[in-house]
Amino acid sequence: MEGSWQLKNPYNFLTEMGFDLPDKNQSLDQYFDFIDDDMLEDMGTNKEMIYASYNALHEQFEEEPDVKVKSILIKGGFNKDGEKESIDILLKPGEIVSLVGPTGSGKSRLLADIEWLAQADTPTGRVIVINGILPDESKRYSFDEKLISQLSQNMNFVMDANVEEFIRMHAESRNIKQIDEVLETIIKHANDLAGEPFSLETPLTALSGGQSRALMIVDVAFLSKSPIVLIDEIENAGIDRRKAMEFLVNAEKIILIATHDPVLALMANRRLVIRNGGMYKIIESDESEKKVLDKLEKRDRETQKIRNALREGQKVQCD
Amino acid sequence: MKLITVSGPPSSGKTSVIGKTIEALEKKAIELAVIKFDCLSTADELIYEKKGIKTKLGLSGSLCPDHYFVNNIDACFHWGLKENVAILITESAGLCNRCSPHIKGVLSVCVIDNLSGCHTPKKIGPMLKFADIVVITKGDIVSQAEREVFAYNVKIVNPKAKILHINGITGQGAAELGRLFFSANDYENLDDKKLRFTMPAALCSYCLGETMIGKDYHIGNVKNMKL
Repeated sequence: MEGSWQLKNPYNFLTEMGFDLPDKNQSLDQYFDFIDDDMLEDMGTNKEMIYASYNALHEQFEEEPDVKVKSILIKGGFNKDGEKESIDILLKPGEIVSLVGPTGSGKSRLLADIEWLAQADTPTGRVIVINGILPDESKRYSFDEKLISQLSQNMNFVMDANVEEFIRMHAESRNIKQIDEVLETIIKHANDLAGEPFSLETPLTALSGGQSRALMIVDVAFLSKSPIVLIDEIENAGIDRRKAMEFLVNAEKIILIATHDPVLALMANRRLVIRNGGMYKIIESDESEKKVLDKLEKRDRETQKIRNALREGQKVQCD
Repeated sequence: MKLITVSGPPSSGKTSVIGKTIEALEKKAIELAVIKFDCLSTADELIYEKKGIKTKLGLSGSLCPDHYFVNNIDACFHWGLKENVAILITESAGLCNRCSPHIKGVLSVCVIDNLSGCHTPKKIGPMLKFADIVVITKGDIVSQAEREVFAYNVKIVNPKAKILHINGITGQGAAELGRLFFSANDYENLDDKKLRFTMPAALCSYCLGETMIGKDYHIGNVKNMKL
């Protein structure tokens, strides 16, 4: 595909960077006999950087260290007043935990601490322990993007591509070989979630809000390597949220939901209450709360029914 | 004094990132200052002043902002020393993507944003390729997949850089950048310091004010397009 870094031979690698080369099938060293300093300077690079870049590209395909996260322990630090947080929380794959608290209470800070693998070196003084051991300094950067993937209703696709090109590009950057299988799985499940059907040929920019979100959720479940998924509100409208959660749980993700939406908050087995910058308490969701959730979901389904009826040009009335 | 050069394409979020990072650092009560380099005009120095940050503004006008930067950085450094600044941050706009404001031994940061598209990292020259830290912004408004592909492309063009994701609105990630600012080298002056890469070159009749079009007016460092 155009512009992809997947093409690994030196000719493609260099011409993609913008170099104008005479022959194909030469080695990087041979090309450097041809490329002079002026050409390098025009491109704003040098030999060393090109070698490093070329090697990085190949290492990416060779190692892909599979960071299997079995548990994440957040050890309490301090709240905004410097008072000790009285709790630690242990997160495990396949579990949903919601973060609740007013705007500005410190939810973002908690997520930043996880992302940074805080070692008592952030404003909260929290410590993040992965799989029971403290990550060492070099590991902190190797995790980089890989630890947390995020979903929120403010996110949009900005890429000028259709659904298939988009999925291919993501899969290629992850070095996934069976792209055709992945394509099929993702489009099928995304359609399960979205309500309104769309195809592989649909341009990303033509997707509705619900379709975009459905595609993002399924993409995170099947193509993102991050063991943690952070959901920062997702639309109520036109998307099966329970099924969405099931996909993520089945993908063995640790799911954190920062939300003000009662249905999402109650879908979690546990709620972490954030107050004044600190982890304040953990509430386990019990049977009576599940009844509240059932009630809310029933109401949601009714709204959905009315929405669909209106969309199809029907009249609605009270039962 | 520690010197940090921050660069990046226009509107990528440099000012927001620096502002949030300074907010995170302020608790440590150290003297900070920002020197803002720009081309025609900017109101960014007001944003800094509003936050109570010591600021100086340099406008390059008709000159290449990168050349203007390197011609003034030494004087800026001395100004910082005189003002007893502990960390001096320069902010310069990378207007042509071939900019190269980074100095050997001086902590260098490049700020780019997810909205500019997945392939943008490949199109940016020395200011990205030779940076120590690459800050990626606006991750809160694009999809996870685009974020991953974008970061991946950054990693390919600059494998050695530390990549940080910062939200310029909430400041998520800024405290971590602040921590890295402390790892910057301390210098007493910039004597014998070198740029990491040559700056964009220009020395032709148009540099000197020529406005006529046509071969007869092309004098100096001129390159012809292959058609």
